[in-house]
Amino acid sequence: MRNVTVAQASDMPTVSVKRELLFQALGRRYTDEEFDELCFDFGLELDEITSEKDIISKEQGDGKAEGASDIIIYKIDVPANRYDLLCLEGLVRGLQVFKERIKAPRYKRIMPANGGVQRLIITEETAQVRPHAVAAVLRNITFSKDRYDSFIDLQEKLHQNICRKRALVAIGTHDLDTISGPFTYTARPPSEIRFKPLNQSKEYTASEIMDLYRTDSQLKHYLHIIENKPLYPVIYDSNGVVLSMPPIINGNHTKISLNTRNVFVECTATDITKAKIVLDILVTMFSEYCEKQFTVEAAEVTYHNGKTCIYPELAYRREKVKPDLINKKIGISETPSSLAKLLTRMCLKSHVTGNGNNIEIEIPPTRADIIHACDIIEDAAIAYGYNNIQMTIPKTYTIANQFPLNKLTELLRQDLAAAGFTEALTFALCSQEDIADKLGVDISSTKAVHIANPKTAEFQVARTSLLPGLLKTIAANRKMPLPLKLFEISDIVVKDSTKDVGARNQRNLCAIYYNKNPGFEVIHGLLDRVMQLLAVPPSKESGYLIKAAEDSAFFPGRCAEIFAKGQSIGKLGVLHPDVITKFELTMPCSALEINIEPFL
Amino acid sequence: MSPAMATDGPALAELLLQRLERAGGGGLGSLEAAAALGLEHQQLVGAVKSLQALGEVIEAEQRSSKRWELTPEGKEIVQEGSHEARVFDSIPAEGLPQSELMKLPSGKVGFSKAMSNKWVRLDKNADGGPRVFRAVESVQDLVREKLQLVQRGDAESLEEKDKNELKKRKLLMEVNIKTYWIRKGSAFSTTVTKQETDLTPEMLASGSWRDLKFKAYNFEALGIMPESGHLHPLLKVRTQFRQIFLEMGFTEMPTNNFIESSFWNFDALFQPQQHPARDQHDTFFLQDPAEATDFPTDYLKRVKKIHSQGGYGSQGYKYDWKLEEARKNILRTHTTAVSARMLYRLAQQEKFTPAKYFSIDRVFRNETLDATHLAEFHQIEGVVADYGLTLGDLMGTLREFFTKLGISQLRFKPAYNPYTEPSMEVFSYHRGLQKWVEVGNSGIFRPEMLLPMGLPEGVSVIAWGLSLERPTMIKYGINNIRELVGHKVNLQMVYEGPLCRLDACVYTMEPMLAQPSGVDAT
Repeated sequence: MRNVTVAQASDMPTVSVKRELLFQALGRRYTDEEFDELCFDFGLELDEITSEKDIISKEQGDGKAEGASDIIIYKIDVPANRYDLLCLEGLVRGLQVFKERIKAPRYKRIMPANGGVQRLIITEETAQVRPHAVAAVLRNITFSKDRYDSFIDLQEKLHQNICRKRALVAIGTHDLDTISGPFTYTARPPSEIRFKPLNQSKEYTASEIMDLYRTDSQLKHYLHIIENKPLYPVIYDSNGVVLSMPPIINGNHTKISLNTRNVFVECTATDITKAKIVLDILVTMFSEYCEKQFTVEAAEVTYHNGKTCIYPELAYRREKVKPDLINKKIGISETPSSLAKLLTRMCLKSHVTGNGNNIEIEIPPTRADIIHACDIIEDAAIAYGYNNIQMTIPKTYTIANQFPLNKLTELLRQDLAAAGFTEALTFALCSQEDIADKLGVDISSTKAVHIANPKTAEFQVARTSLLPGLLKTIAANRKMPLPLKLFEISDIVVKDSTKDVGARNQRNLCAIYYNKNPGFEVIHGLLDRVMQLLAVPPSKESGYLIKAAEDSAFFPGRCAEIFAKGQSIGKLGVLHPDVITKFELTMPCSALEINIEPFL
Repeated sequence: MSPAMATDGPALAELLLQRLERAGGGGLGSLEAAAALGLEHQQLVGAVKSLQALGEVIEAEQRSSKRWELTPEGKEIVQEGSHEARVFDSIPAEGLPQSELMKLPSGKVGFSKAMSNKWVRLDKNADGGPRVFRAVESVQDLVREKLQLVQRGDAESLEEKDKNELKKRKLLMEVNIKTYWIRKGSAFSTTVTKQETDLTPEMLASGSWRDLKFKAYNFEALGIMPESGHLHPLLKVRTQFRQIFLEMGFTEMPTNNFIESSFWNFDALFQPQQHPARDQHDTFFLQDPAEATDFPTDYLKRVKKIHSQGGYGSQGYKYDWKLEEARKNILRTHTTAVSARMLYRLAQQEKFTPAKYFSIDRVFRNETLDATHLAEFHQIEGVVADYGLTLGDLMGTLREFFTKLGISQLRFKPAYNPYTEPSMEVFSYHRGLQKWVEVGNSGIFRPEMLLPMGLPEGVSVIAWGLSLERPTMIKYGINNIRELVGHKVNLQMVYEGPLCRLDACVYTMEPMLAQPSGVDAT
């Protein structure tokens, strides 16, 4: 499971909120411990308690932090699928409903009274670059500094997460009173687009804008999305004013301020489903500050084929789930009405229908993460409290089996250590040089699988031999007393066209002896011992034997091929001085590497 | 016994033992014994020490005492006589000119003493200058005699004023010395046996060991480490985790396939194709072989449908699912790819049978590396598939699993995983850090993953996982993961590594799964 071991930054967004604002909105104060506890129960994580000052001094040193705000900030980790919790407004709403202090608001799309609905027309040219757009209007909104900051911050959070760094969806918000519809979403050659970008003092062409932002620490990450397209997406108003050039930058003309009263929101996208979700989230969160709370003014989007859609969708979906199923999946026995109450606390307004046989659940537009009954069941479990669930042991009866290859490996490891060799654990990934040049072979003659996107040379290929890893282990431990005797039993990877993925692992055993003398007899003796352990006698017919062989990794005349079970299983010998030198070693060295899979 | 032999170690020791025998139960002092035997005290101390080394032959209690000793000048007087006596002796009957007398070594001191003793007289008006004559026939050299008494260890018989007088003349000094009070030991005997260093085959053959005395061992010193090979610490922990799963009846999955298609690694797990985990920045893609070629066709169609349109009661993700994305070969990012293959195989059985699977193997991430993160690490995973499994069953299974690791206090936090729902992070209370630390992640696989495989509707699959490296690093106190995994391993650490006993003591396991600052999940 991906998250099991490493929670990646992109997996779990972090929302920073001012503690005072949070407590004000929650209508009560918590100690840090109490709030931490509340977060834990709700599936959030109070990751850090800090301040702007702390953050600056941590990142840039104490000197720079002087004068910065020391208002306490909570950094809260939010599950990656809960876009409705990515801002203070959403967090507070979620927690207040959870604690049954308020009822979940009902979000409403309304048509403007005068019938003058804002229109966005999508032209055919967008099809090649960014074919979708949705829009809405936040009418008579009242911003304050904190609300405005939260509005901008939520857009950024959405961009980083569900919008996949603007590749799937890009949001533009504009002061509606500075522009006049209908608006046109089209795509044009970069040279033909010309406007003053947000917070710039003069006009640039689209090509110049791309150059301008090539060094911008933030915007440079989005340029690649359209850079190589012949046409760039752009939105104009009826007077030719540029609203935005998605997904890069808005125009300066439509910039919103604390005084903005009417906001035109557009989202352009390559994924229409995600665009609708993003629009729903943004408007449901901030319609709280509209004159008619939790209402959003509709906008009409017309495709070039004439198809017309009204946005935001703000759809409420109904699902029916049997109480029995919820109880069974969780392992509790609550009454239907109690389950309905639990779900309602998770912003999933529910009631019992029929003879108590069903619970009808209304999924609000803020909960796009609810796509199956199992999501509803999880919410019931969270509201019930995971830690209130009775732990039980499944009655599942099974007989355990070891994977035969691992069983053999485990047994051999023990006896190799008993034979005086110490176990190494080396990387499965390495450089081409390690498995080819340094062993005196050409990379094309190996059956190595190649990695397409290695960040460094260390991850160019999967190893085709365990030997380089052991040699590097010795190189890193040259200060240790001699002799060094190492072994490893692990997988190498080779291309194999008979497999569905075109490659397979092979379990190899490699051992190495490093001392002032080559010690061929030591390595040879180890081979004899391994064969003894595998109950394979030295014999030409049915046992094992070694035959003189040539191999660029070994000193001429000091290498033999090992045959057992009627096949070649590997080689042993004194390493070639070139190999020893290339691995930065100074002593003679002998080694053995065999495939152990024939002995299963 | 020749006189020369008398100062020989063993012989001396035996003389001392005989003396002790005569002294009876009260014992004797080393100073007195030395005097009685006519030895330097230091020689006697040597004999005491060699007898002590034999074990219980004698008991020697160390004491500190004051003793009168001759100064070098005092010793010279014992040899040569006092200065005044020497002056007296050097004067012939006809006398000696004072000027010549003063040239003698003892002249100055000896003349004034001899004068005050009235042993000599001075004729100032003699021919050729002042001349010294004997004033008495003979003299008794009392100074010498007194000093001889001291030398014999008989200083006590001198009067206090004599001793002070001699001290003033710098012929005697009072010294502090360490002495021993010696008594018979429990193994007392008047003869000393030669000490043997160790048993020999000859002694065994002849039986002589019965009569021999053996040199005492120094048990303070360390022994010599046996020459041996050693198992790697991380793999020792792997062995223990394997053991735990086997004890719990889990069957090991064949995870020997590092190369996996995106299909099995992501799509089969209902992880959408735009998920950030599928980004170039997170996952190693293959250039060669770049694509997987063979998929179970019907199943693939069902997977495509569940992603793009939904089904089995799911809304799906509603996006344009592309086969080319699913074909892309990668280095598997989790062993759950193998779990997916195993569950698919299980679903193909004519009749479903319950299954419990586990694996511990390498996974790969193309991430930023630091002291606690490598591009490859080991994932531990457990899976149970059966009809009617509940969240309570998952928690109960986790409790049993972690109990075997010596962890009893567990707490569960709601979490999000793309392919489990419900999902739970597992926390354990760490007494050292006095807080709850994450020890694993878990959940119930989504129906969107299981139903397209063909598993029966009522079958639930619970699963959990954790990394192998993190607990091992903490157990062995390793801060830099490169000292543990990979070629930069510290072999000394491997040589010195203790046994891995996960449940031996709650205290050893608690820090093991803790997450102190800087030590992240892997």
